[in-house]
Amino acid sequence: MPELRNFTLNFGPQHPAAHGVLRMVLELDGEVVMRADPHIGLLHRATEKLAENKTWIQSLPYMDRLDYVSMMCNEHAYCLAVEKLLQIEVPLRAQYIRVMFDEITRILNHLLWVGCHGLDVGAMTMVLYAFREREDLVDAYEAVSGARMHAAYYRPGGVYRDLPDRLPQYQESKWKSAAQIKPFNEARSGSLLDFLDDFVGRFPKLLDEYETLLTDNRIWKQRLVNVGIVSPERALQRGFSGPMLRGSGIAWDLRKKQPYEVYDRLDFDIPVGVTGDSYDRYLVRMEEMRQSNRIVRQCIDWLRQNPGPVMSDNHKVAPPDREAMKSNMEELIHHFKLCTEGIHVPEGEAYSAVEHPKGEFGIYLLSDGANKPYRLKIRAPGYVHLSAMDEMVRGHMLADVVTIIGSQDVVFGEIDR
Amino acid sequence: MSAKLEALSHNLQKHLGDRVKSLREALGEVTIEVDAADYLVVMQTLRDQPELSFEELIDLCGVDYSTYGNVQRVGGRFAVVSHLLSISHNWRLRVRCFAMDDNFPSLPSVTSVWSSVNWFEREAFDLLGIVFPGHNDLRRILTDYGFVGHPFRKDFPISGYVEMRYDPEQQRVIYQPVTIEPREVTPRIVREATYGNV
Repeated sequence: MPELRNFTLNFGPQHPAAHGVLRMVLELDGEVVMRADPHIGLLHRATEKLAENKTWIQSLPYMDRLDYVSMMCNEHAYCLAVEKLLQIEVPLRAQYIRVMFDEITRILNHLLWVGCHGLDVGAMTMVLYAFREREDLVDAYEAVSGARMHAAYYRPGGVYRDLPDRLPQYQESKWKSAAQIKPFNEARSGSLLDFLDDFVGRFPKLLDEYETLLTDNRIWKQRLVNVGIVSPERALQRGFSGPMLRGSGIAWDLRKKQPYEVYDRLDFDIPVGVTGDSYDRYLVRMEEMRQSNRIVRQCIDWLRQNPGPVMSDNHKVAPPDREAMKSNMEELIHHFKLCTEGIHVPEGEAYSAVEHPKGEFGIYLLSDGANKPYRLKIRAPGYVHLSAMDEMVRGHMLADVVTIIGSQDVVFGEIDR
Repeated sequence: MSAKLEALSHNLQKHLGDRVKSLREALGEVTIEVDAADYLVVMQTLRDQPELSFEELIDLCGVDYSTYGNVQRVGGRFAVVSHLLSISHNWRLRVRCFAMDDNFPSLPSVTSVWSSVNWFEREAFDLLGIVFPGHNDLRRILTDYGFVGHPFRKDFPISGYVEMRYDPEQQRVIYQPVTIEPREVTPRIVREATYGNV
């Protein structure tokens, strides 16, 4: 009888299914995983340390680069924390815009997730469909902020500017004639709200298409059902939040339980899983997209009817508008002080959390009254979820590791910070 | 103070008593401070007492208070701040605990209370050098293999001490002292509270 011993396998950091730079040392007994030791930090940029050396507003764009598939939600948590410390009111219209873009971001995130998870598990088609829809939403990002990814659109005190009345159009070129372009430009002929309205009208049907492709698919179910089961008790012990917690059957959503902005005025439901396996988490996320779509629609209706300011008029926090600055001495001083020295945040500490597409994304700010944070701590949901990796993969086959990474929806920008 | 926070403060005082060194309510958040000696017991009570029942530890982070308010501070340099969440009561709590010794900050590990704290304590050890006796796997987590120092301490320069490059002669990646100068674009300024009549 030959001596048998466990086999150690190095998974990543350049593995396409590792969703970034995850290095995992797996101890295998045959094909069964006995132990997983994730090594993280390969993308560590010390965002929190950098923020200590930047003014409050300068560290805002770093937030986009944390979870780089749900940019605006990260900014949202940061802005909420700064606003909490400053104790300022945000105009209602800005709150609606933020909620609308949070939900657009959730759809963006879940679309990328379902596409990449599909790729990992072997459903190659999904990613193409998901990216087709992402394109429209990313265009909305671009229309509003000028950037397709790292928007830096939310600011302490509101949002950078109001929604645009017109969108960029496709231009005729030697490859595409005017007739070919026309259908592309149809939805773009109106304002951004018209464009989004067109999207939310189309999207539920597209979601149905995704579901026909995956939900009852035999291979999809074979790969996901009963893989990575987390009981509700363990989910709480492991600090899970978001779809990971709801997949385990705990109805917990910050948008409902501790509503921020205008979520208490909106009508939506919270999907909850039953068994806590990867398949339930998939179903929860698919349903979340439908609910987000509902929220976006309600926001569009409200925003159409209620014009108004989108930025706080407290010029100790938000810069005055360009025109006023050039004609008024006091505004000029405000502008100068804001752009050279930055906001002064009163001494204190605050923790603000948002229901990020991946879970609870929190920002803990400690201010000593300076124009820079004294300490910034980012509570990234993925960090907590990934720390449960060992527990979740034990006893599963090697191929299931990929499913579990996918179902945790990890992104290394936020985990490594 | 809202009724909910009042109930929470009341329950905290009832079940923790003298173990709470200070209890503060600000900006709709409750913060308690505990001694290092009571830390583990307090955390255990916070989770197990049904009137408190903080089932989840949301976050734990280390803080280096050495230059707080632009003044050098002696004693009580390092603290650990945890954020707890109760799903059943729907309330949050912040617990702060200072480590006694500035030269060798150490606090008992709470991994036996919440499993989720495992990586947070590793992170606090890695970045600030706070040691957690009772943690069974206290390795570095975010910094490079073989990293020296604790980068989030306030006396650690933002540019670090070493940089990495490929050396064509030795045909491998080497470390060398940093060649960039630290540069501060906007100085750090602490103004008095009434500055500019905000």
